Amino acid sequence: MKVLVPVKRVIDYNVKARVKADQTGVDLANVKMSMNPFDEIAVEEAVRLKEGKEHHAAGTASEIVVVSIGVTQAQETIRTALAMGADRGILIQSDADLEPLAVAKLLKAVVEEEKPDLVLMGKQSIDGDNNAVGQMLAALLDWPQATFAAKLEIAGGKATVTREVDGGVQTLSAPLPAVVTVDLRLNTPRYASLPNIMKAKKKEIAMKAVADYGVDVAPRLKVQKVTAPPTRSAGIKVADAAELVSKLKTVGAL
Amino acid sequence: MAVLVIADHDGSTVRDTTHKTVTAALAIGGDVDVLVVGQGSKAAADAAAKISGVRKVLLAESGELAHTLAEAVTATVVGLAGGYDAVVSPATMDGKNVMPRIAAKLDVAPISDIIEVVSADTYVRPIYAGNALETVQTSDAKKVITVRATSFAPAAEGGSAPVEAVAGQDAGKAAFVSEEMVKSDRPELGAAKIVVSGGRALGSAEEFSAVIEPLADKLGAAVGASRAAVDAGYAPNDYQVGQTGKVVAPGLYVAVGISGAIQHLAGMKDSKVIVAINKDADAPIFQVADFGIVGDYKTVVPELMAALG
Ligand SMILES: Cc1cc2nc3c(=O)[nH]c(=O)nc-3n(C[C@H](O)[C@H](O)[C@H](O)COP(=O)(O)OP(=O)(O)OC[C@H]3O[C@@H](n4cnc5c(N)ncnc54)[C@H](O)[C@@H]3O)c2cc1C
Ligand SMILES: Nc1ncnc2c1ncn2[C@@H]1O[C@H](COP(=O)(O)O)[C@@H](O)[C@H]1O
Repeated sequence: MKVLVPVKRVIDYNVKARVKADQTGVDLANVKMSMNPFDEIAVEEAVRLKEGKEHHAAGTASEIVVVSIGVTQAQETIRTALAMGADRGILIQSDADLEPLAVAKLLKAVVEEEKPDLVLMGKQSIDGDNNAVGQMLAALLDWPQATFAAKLEIAGGKATVTREVDGGVQTLSAPLPAVVTVDLRLNTPRYASLPNIMKAKKKEIAMKAVADYGVDVAPRLKVQKVTAPPTRSAGIKVADAAELVSKLKTVGAL
Repeated sequence: MAVLVIADHDGSTVRDTTHKTVTAALAIGGDVDVLVVGQGSKAAADAAAKISGVRKVLLAESGELAHTLAEAVTATVVGLAGGYDAVVSPATMDGKNVMPRIAAKLDVAPISDIIEVVSADTYVRPIYAGNALETVQTSDAKKVITVRATSFAPAAEGGSAPVEAVAGQDAGKAAFVSEEMVKSDRPELGAAKIVVSGGRALGSAEEFSAVIEPLADKLGAAVGASRAAVDAGYAPNDYQVGQTGKVVAPGLYVAVGISGAIQHLAGMKDSKVIVAINKDADAPIFQVADFGIVGDYKTVVPELMAALG
């Protein structure tokens, strides 16, 4: 089984985003960038499918291809995935920050070329917080989708996915090929070992341009402005529970 | 102009996220219809018909719709979308699951998690864990939008819209296998007036239930948790408050043994009054808390229970 994992380069999750003074966006100059954390979970699961870790049979995945759409530095993100155990990468270079619909259309073109049996991807990118691309890719391909996966099993040409939903969990069975988006509880991604980081340097990354795929990536949305949210200031420290209760009563919270 | 709201319901009643989404839909403008998808969900449709401002309620039923499977919901909504300028859903897990799929089928750029309607084509939405607010204008003729319900007031009751049956699609490739729902008599997390959340400090599922639940019961509160508490199995996934979990904005939010990471704050910083109990005086949660107690929850929570009487 061939697995495709789309990975996005985003602001590191430990960094608090700051809005630019001219309200055109978020200041990313000199900010630490990393692989979107959900995509790390997707890469980890793909590698486990290959290695036969946890409940997966060894060799469930035979090849893992990672693809990223973004600036040249997104090569580093792909390298990280290769060091975790993915086999090769594709970078579709774009300096523009593409909308989920455009990303989904490009990924569809990649799927048509690569013909994976499974697309494993993050449920959400932590910069745009869209939670959209996986569902959109599944729609464009007319494939089944299983979003917010907390458990994945592959057997008999089917993916059985336990999903985190409102109120609890739901289990679905989807025939392959399918799109699965991953949630936080699926696994804990590994840190790449030094030897694997060295090995990853020799793995292939194909450099592509958006134009190579001939899809319409024109923006539909115009960002009028990006502003800082109202700030909350720190309140007071109270000495004990009795004082807390009396304060809460005073402000009408109890 | 006409807007279709996809209802959030449990088969017999509609959740107040639906009322709040109707408010957002009315702000977008035009006639507002509500679609109830499910199976045996007539009572929910009747409940939706009572929401003030609703023109009519559409009821689509099928076996796959009972489990809100994405393909069936998408086929149903896409079949109806011709009659609408916008399709809107609350940003619940179900809404997040189906709306982008619907958008792609309609070749529309979806707009996730709006907190304000500026005009019929312009909306405000949080990005970067709520550390920035983006005002976006769409050029798509049809809009596909999810709504952060906590940012809108609920539409009132008092309507009497007609309920009309429409075809429910039932043809997805993915099949429902099973579900496990958490049973609780407490108020729903998203709608509760008070929320008590526990973090990693609780240390075990037993301690979480022994400390957080009685306090929640005393306050008539819903229970929430940090990601760390959910990951460790102290609380079910459905309790996670934050950027990638549930967003809450109750009148009172009590954080017990939660540090206040960016991702957690994203889900609760719009609460009216925030209380933090943490033994580390420098924990970031205190930067957003109205009232903080620096101390061990093991002594503070019992004292709080006593002080509440
Ligand atoms: C992609 C991604 C998405 C995420 N999404 C979310 C999300 O939606 N929601 C979320 O919550 N997190 C999320 N996180 C995780 C987040 O970054 C933090 O790791 C998490 O919120 C920490 O949980 P915590 O505060 O319970 O644990 P910790 O950060 O470990 O804090 C525990 C706190 O308890 C205090 N404490 C310890 N013992 C006691 C005691 N006896 N009495 C009182 N206080 C005590 C400590 O001082 C500390 O402040 C996400 C992370 C990533 C990478
Ligand atoms: N530019 C991109 N390049 C590669 N994958 C992406 C890109 N944008 C989004 N994705 C994938 O889509 C998932 C969901 O992203 P989003 O819908 O933007 O929240 C991410 O976790 C990635 O797996």
